[in-house]
Amino acid sequence: MNKLKIVLNGIIRNNPTFVLVLGMCPTLGTTTSAANGMGMGLATMSVLIMSNFFISLIKNIVPDKVRIPAFIVVIASFVTVIQMLMQAFVPDLYATLGVFIPLIVVNCIILGRAEAFASKNSPFDSLLDGLGIGLGFTLSLTTIGSVREILGSGAIFGYSLGIADKMPLIFVLAPGAFMVLGYLMVLFNKFVKK
Amino acid sequence: MTAVLLGITFVSSAVVGLVNMITVEPIAQAQQAAKEAALKEVLPEFDQTAKEDMLIDELTTTVYTASKEGEVSGYAVETLSKNGFGGEVRLMVGFTTDGKIYNINVLQQAETPGLGTKMTEEGNNLITSVKGFNPAEKKLVDGRLAVRKDGGDVDALTAATISSRAYVDAVNRAWAAYKNAAQGADLTAAMGATSADAVAANDTAKEPVAQEGEKNE
Amino acid sequence: MANKLIVAPAPHVQSDRSTALIMRDVVIALIPALAVSTYVFGVDVLFVTAVSVLACVLFEYLIQKFLVGGALTINNWSAVVTGVLLAFNLPASIPWWIVVIGALVSIGIAKMTFGGIGKNPFNPALVGRVFLLLAYPVQMTSFPTVEGCDALSGATMLAAVKQGAVGFDALGIQNLLIGTMPGSMGEVAALALLLGFVYLLWRKVITWHIPVTILGTMAVFAFLVALTRGGGALLWQMPLFHVLAGGALLGSIYMATDYSSSPMTVKGGVIFAFGIGVITMLIRLWGAYPEGMSFAILIMNSVVPLINKYVKPKRFGVK
Repeated sequence: MNKLKIVLNGIIRNNPTFVLVLGMCPTLGTTTSAANGMGMGLATMSVLIMSNFFISLIKNIVPDKVRIPAFIVVIASFVTVIQMLMQAFVPDLYATLGVFIPLIVVNCIILGRAEAFASKNSPFDSLLDGLGIGLGFTLSLTTIGSVREILGSGAIFGYSLGIADKMPLIFVLAPGAFMVLGYLMVLFNKFVKK
Repeated sequence: MTAVLLGITFVSSAVVGLVNMITVEPIAQAQQAAKEAALKEVLPEFDQTAKEDMLIDELTTTVYTASKEGEVSGYAVETLSKNGFGGEVRLMVGFTTDGKIYNINVLQQAETPGLGTKMTEEGNNLITSVKGFNPAEKKLVDGRLAVRKDGGDVDALTAATISSRAYVDAVNRAWAAYKNAAQGADLTAAMGATSADAVAANDTAKEPVAQEGEKNE
Repeated sequence: MANKLIVAPAPHVQSDRSTALIMRDVVIALIPALAVSTYVFGVDVLFVTAVSVLACVLFEYLIQKFLVGGALTINNWSAVVTGVLLAFNLPASIPWWIVVIGALVSIGIAKMTFGGIGKNPFNPALVGRVFLLLAYPVQMTSFPTVEGCDALSGATMLAAVKQGAVGFDALGIQNLLIGTMPGSMGEVAALALLLGFVYLLWRKVITWHIPVTILGTMAVFAFLVALTRGGGALLWQMPLFHVLAGGALLGSIYMATDYSSSPMTVKGGVIFAFGIGVITMLIRLWGAYPEGMSFAILIMNSVVPLINKYVKPKRFGVK
């Protein structure tokens, strides 16, 4: 398969948020601002790239019966690594994302791609797939986070636009998350996915 | 099969252990830096701190006695209240040696955005009511600070009574800890009337604890 | 040929009722409440209502013309009703641009996204109102003060009672009935709303089952709670208060009876209404908000498909 196509598929045709509708929990929980969304997306992408690559490496030696537990151990290890690195070098983001970082282990995207792609393709292709899906996830989280931040707090990436008082606070709360996700999904499927 | 699983787990643990070794120092440093930054915000200048934990109403409160060149310059109390609208409210309250509140920093809160979260904003009602004052000079109810609704003179946040009450509760706890650390006052006496009395007083002739009282529908 | 034989498909019995006429009846029923409200709160009431109605109609027109297509339905007055009901749920001091946002949510999100009239699973005016409550909590909970009701200083009766600041005796039943008390524009005038209720019953727009069941459930619930609190005067004060105060009358008569978001059968409607009554009282007494009617109606709206599934209308000719 064309290498570039693998990456692009992950961003557009198989966008995890707007098309595959996977990983909804962090999507709704961490997109209160653009920066948080982006941070979460990048963290997930790192785990995804590493786990896809590693799982593809071991796909032939892991017996079928213990496939899932083996994958989970790999994924959990990478998440722990990312968690420690974040706690050490970006403690503010770590504190904001809080419990959602260890939750990456059970993020359907990671195990889903491991099963659907990494266990059936070459390591390099799997790496690219991880990159594509990860980029798609990061882009969608950043978009949702930006919309919620602008509409709810009147700011973008922390820069206040000076209209904070007039913006509907609901977009920073859970109901707003669902509404923004729903309408962006409509827009994405209608205009971007063609 | 066993060999493969053993291999996977061995490599995983090795990698995690390695990263742990690399990050344990930076993590400790980051946590220390965060603590120092929180202390710096609420205290006048200092170069050393001594830590002391105490139990007030079954909640741990930590007092940091700050000193500059050997002389005590202030006390910072890390306090909390479980009565927030969305859970715990953690504050860092800084006292000067003459008992005045130097500054308060909100460490953690989960209050309603736009209402209770205003407690973190500069110059909000709560902080302007207590900053620079010795709590003993304010209007006290049963020996403790209270919002206007409860008979005191602390201005509550608009439409955020529960959040305001939790904030004041945490400050009261901090004040008690300060009095204990600075003046050796007995802890139960320092907290004014015991909480059991305060709770009983609240219960009579009222419907269960009102929350965000001014909201309608 | 003297007589032509007319061959036509069913339905064969037709009435002259149309959606527009039904909606117009609802608007007429709300006029007394509008009048009392204007008397109590001033001209702002008319301004807010006008902005709300205009915005709702405009948004419905724009969305239908440019986004979804299909026949224009603004002349069936349903947008007007949504506009009036939305306004009635707001304080008279609300800024106009917040009203416009509420209209956009009511029509755009709650109604048109689901397919337009007849297809909304949730009451559009309530969705708009709850959206605004969460989005602009400070503006939505600041009620203009009313002369003759100084005991309350800006809070509504429900809020004051919930905080224990005021006993039932001090409130005065006449204030509750006539409407001289702080609150949302449409909820204060109990007598006027009941007048509208009688009109709607007479015009056969709604049946009595849903409103009476809601209010009855609330009264019984309040009575039982009053028993646990010592009884005495509370036994009639609490039920009466809860039935007249807050959005109970407005919600049970005009919002819970919305055709699209309530059950198909009378029996289903009673179940629906019972649920609303119980949830409202639970929120009022033990929940975080002083008023629970809007949340209760929306929650039961979501249960309606389930009710419809189990309580089906009897079909003619089928055993």
